[in-house]
Amino acid sequence: MNWFTKTFSSTIGRKVIMSITGLFLCSFLVIHLIGNFQLFKDDGGLAFNVYSEFMGHNPIIRTLEIVLLLGFVFHIYDAFVLTRRNKTARPVEYANTRPSENSTWSSRNMGLLGTVILVFLIIHLYNFFWRARFGDIPADADGVENLYMVVVESFQQWWYVLLYVVAMAALAFHLIHGFQSAFQTLGLTHKKYTPFIQAFGYAFSVLICLGFAIMPLYFFFFF
Amino acid sequence: MAGSNPNAKPMDLTLKVWRQKDRNSPGQMVTYPLKGISPDMSFLEMLDVLNEDLLRKGEEPIAFDHDCREGICGMCSLFINGRAHGPERGTTTCQLHMRHFSHGETITIEPWRAAAFPVHKDLIVDRSAFDRIQQAGGYVSVNTGGVPDANEIPIPKSIADKAFDAATCIGCGACVAACKNASAMLFVSAKVSQLAMLPQGKTERKTRAENMVAQMDIEGFGACTNTGACAAECPVGISLENIAMLNREYMGAKLTSENVAS
Ligand code: HEM
Ligand code: SF4
Ligand code: FES
Repeated sequence: MNWFTKTFSSTIGRKVIMSITGLFLCSFLVIHLIGNFQLFKDDGGLAFNVYSEFMGHNPIIRTLEIVLLLGFVFHIYDAFVLTRRNKTARPVEYANTRPSENSTWSSRNMGLLGTVILVFLIIHLYNFFWRARFGDIPADADGVENLYMVVVESFQQWWYVLLYVVAMAALAFHLIHGFQSAFQTLGLTHKKYTPFIQAFGYAFSVLICLGFAIMPLYFFFFF
Repeated sequence: MAGSNPNAKPMDLTLKVWRQKDRNSPGQMVTYPLKGISPDMSFLEMLDVLNEDLLRKGEEPIAFDHDCREGICGMCSLFINGRAHGPERGTTTCQLHMRHFSHGETITIEPWRAAAFPVHKDLIVDRSAFDRIQQAGGYVSVNTGGVPDANEIPIPKSIADKAFDAATCIGCGACVAACKNASAMLFVSAKVSQLAMLPQGKTERKTRAENMVAQMDIEGFGACTNTGACAAECPVGISLENIAMLNREYMGAKLTSENVAS
């Protein structure tokens, strides 16, 4: 192995990859949320459909889409490798252990929370991304593919709404630990800034996930 | 430490202790009733009492590690009631007193659990993985020459304090024992940053970080998830800041050292 592969297959190197991709995915969440807020525009979904059309065809967005995919792939791959390594690092479990005395629940369950997010992602991508890109969706009043209708119809099903709310709760807990953890992994700690990063990360996680969870709830209860 | 308390009543306890003949035998939890333990005893003295009982009965005494019994050597270990070094923060097991337990209590006692710390016998684990990590770079190999004058090399007090705080690590392994990933990052970070902060240690800082982390990975310790369990259970309070520093030292070394082969 040369130095490069050695670095990024070490435990610290893999964590650095996870932290960089994790923070990158956080930036994606912001863009995704802001775009999706057009669902709340009172125009029968015209603005949202134009936005979706743009996201599906603009060459810059399409390129970033590949970067995003790679971000997910590396994040999930290293999550898988490290979580497995961490399990084998303790082959015999303690008979009695009280982890809540020394650490938070989310920090101990990042793999579980990540898996919930992954299951959600697959269903979510199939339902919206896959059908928007490759499916046959009827046009709206302006002749644009009416993805808005797909959203509204999806969120009439209670189990679909439940899936979204559970997944967003999982994402919130994932990020409550993950956001500040990423800065620690990158060695970006400082007496002056770390308290701010921790507070910001907490607020970020809760607000972003609430923002996403409101959408299915809104269409289920008010439509 | 408070003086002995004449009003302290002796306690009766039930101990559940991990017994294992040797590295290759399976082990199991064995229950021992114990009567008349003084709350002024240390945890290890309580085990001494139990071992004398066992010897009198012709049974094999429980093997456990200890040396100084003053909280400075790092030899004592034990996972007590689900916590490394027991329920009190900032103490080693030798400094833990029975007054923190109550009459009639059941106490579970297990060895450190980690693939990198195999059980030798009963409660004794092999912590030589830590020695091998130290041998990979936890030293300064310059010729020191004659004794320099005091304060010849100026070191700011804040840096000296941080380096000293990191240097207080006693190598007990509680961080590994407490971590859900059995990660040795707190130990390695204390050893790396202690030297990286001081002028004498700076000369070898890159090879040190590279080699010690490589050895840590070879030994089979888990990766860090930043749960903070290590620092919370560390008897001397090694701070998580050291792990952030280790991450910086390691990545900085990897990206800028001349070592292209590995
Ligand atoms: C939008 C989706 C996601 C975002 C924004 C995100 C973000 C993050 C962040 C910021 C971290 C902290 C990195 C660090 O501590 O250095 C992290 C850690 C982690 N993520 Fe994710 N993540 C996402 C999806 C996933 C998925 C789908 C999985 C698994 C299938 C996953 C598994 C993990 C695991 C296991 C960790 C902890 C790694 C460790 O500390 O050892 N994440 N994530
Ligand atoms: S960092 Fe703390 S818990 Fe870990 S070996 Fe050193 S003294 Fe023990
Ligand atoms: S026996 Fe030396 S620290 Fe406990």
